[in-house]
Amino acid sequence: MTRIRVLAGTRKGAFVLTSDASRAKWEVSGPHFGGWEIYHLKGSPADPDRIYASQNTGWFGQLIQRSDDGGATWQPVGNEFTYATDPGTHLWYDGTPRPWEFKRVWHLEPSLTDPDEVYAGAEDAGLFRSRDGGATWTELTGLRTHSSGPGWQPGAGGLCLHTIILDPAHAGRMFAAISAAGTFRSDDHGETWRPVNRGLHDEGTLPEEEPEVGFCVHHVEMHPTRPDTLFMQKHWDVMRSDDAGETWREVSGNLPSDFGFPIGVHAHEPETIYVVPITSDSLHFPPDGRLRVYRSRTGGDEWEPLTRGLPQEHCYVNVYRDAMAVDSLEECGVYFGTTGGQVYASADAGDTWEAITRDLPAVLSVEVQTLA
Amino acid sequence: MTTVRVVLPAHLKNLARVRGEVMLNLGGEHDPAGVTRQALLDALEAAYPVLRGTIRDHVTGKRRAFVRFYACQQDLSNEPADVPLPAAVVAGSEPFLIVGAMAGG
Repeated sequence: MTRIRVLAGTRKGAFVLTSDASRAKWEVSGPHFGGWEIYHLKGSPADPDRIYASQNTGWFGQLIQRSDDGGATWQPVGNEFTYATDPGTHLWYDGTPRPWEFKRVWHLEPSLTDPDEVYAGAEDAGLFRSRDGGATWTELTGLRTHSSGPGWQPGAGGLCLHTIILDPAHAGRMFAAISAAGTFRSDDHGETWRPVNRGLHDEGTLPEEEPEVGFCVHHVEMHPTRPDTLFMQKHWDVMRSDDAGETWREVSGNLPSDFGFPIGVHAHEPETIYVVPITSDSLHFPPDGRLRVYRSRTGGDEWEPLTRGLPQEHCYVNVYRDAMAVDSLEECGVYFGTTGGQVYASADAGDTWEAITRDLPAVLSVEVQTLA
Repeated sequence: MTTVRVVLPAHLKNLARVRGEVMLNLGGEHDPAGVTRQALLDALEAAYPVLRGTIRDHVTGKRRAFVRFYACQQDLSNEPADVPLPAAVVAGSEPFLIVGAMAGG
C-alpha cells in the first residue's frame, strides 16, 4: 500500500507525518530531539527507511542522527566536521577577512544509490561526505578552496551551503549553492568545482558587471528527467538555466514579488514549478498578509496564484528555503512548512491546500517520501 | 578506585540516555592533585562517545561558549583544563556540574 511520509525539521525538534495515498488523514509523531534545532532531515532514495537528520543547538553544537526504520527510532552517528585543510579566510559582513569556522549542517543529501553515502552542506560553507552511514565525515575540499573562496561573504543567515543536487543522469555531476557566494558545479564527484552564476544579477550592489561569485542564491531545484534545467529562487529574482548552470535567465514574470526562499518542481511535469513570494528582503512575510503559492506551468514567466485553503488575511509567516517538497504520486502532492508552525499540503498539485498540522515550532525544512 | 559524580544538563542526559548523576570511574587510586577537568571529560567522553563535540570542541578541546562548569559553589568554566579539580569532587562528596549557560533575551 502506498504511503506518504513527510519529514519536518523545526526550531524545536523533528516531526514525522504519515498518511495513506489519499493524503486526507495524517498521523504526527514527534518531537524527536525535542528542544534542538533540526535544520534538515532527508531519506535515502536507495533505502527510504534510512533517514538522516541534522540536529544542532548553540549550546551543544552539531549532531547527526540516523534512523534505519523510517523515523521510529534514531541513533546518533558521527558529528566531527573538520575542515580538511587550513581553512583560510572568507569575508565577514564588514569586508574584513574572517577564518572559516564550522557552525552547523544546513542540508543533508543522501546518495541516489548507496544508503551509506550522504553529503552534508555546512556553515561556514563546506561540503562533507560520509560513506559509512554518517559515522565519519570527510570534507570535499575542492569547493571551499576554490580561488574565489576568500571573497565569499555570508548572507544574513550565515555563510551556509544550503543546496546540494546530485545529477541522476550525468555521472559525477553535482551542484551546490551557498549564500551569498552563488551556485557551483562539479563534474568529477565533488573533487573540483567552478562557479556557475552567469546571468545572475544582484540589486546594484556588485562592483563588477559579471562577477564570478557574490550572489545570494536561496534555493535551487532540478527535475530528475531534465537534469540540464535548473530552477532558482534567488534573494530577488526567480531564475532558470537550461544548460546545467552555464547561463541563467530571469523568469519572475508576473509574480507579485520575486523575493522568496523555496522553489519546487512538480514530480511529473518538469515545466511546472512553485514559489512562495515574500514581500521583500526587509519584510519576510507574504504580500498583503495573504499566503499564496504561485505556480507556473510554463517553466516560469507566467504565474498563477494558488490560494484555496491558504489564509488570505492577517498571515505573516515565512517559508524557508528547504521547507517545500513534492511527492511522486500520480496526482502530485505539494507540501510546505511555515515559520508559524503549519505544514500545508495539496493533494492536487496546488489547486487546493490543507494544513496537515498547524501548531508545530517554526518549520525549517520539509521533505517528502513516497513509499511503495 | 576514584569515582567522580557528574551532573549533565537535560539535553545531554537525553542524548547519553542517562538519568540522574553520572558516576565516572577514573580507575586506580588518583592523587587528588592529579584529577583534572581534562581527565574527567576524557573519561566522560570515553564512557559516552555521543557527548564528543557537545561540551568541548573535537579538535581544540576548547569549552563550547555556552557550556559552563561548576563545582563546590565555584565557577570553574575559565579555569585551565589541566588544573586539578576540587578535592571534594575527586573524593566524590561533591558533583561536577556541566551546565548549559542561560542565554537569550
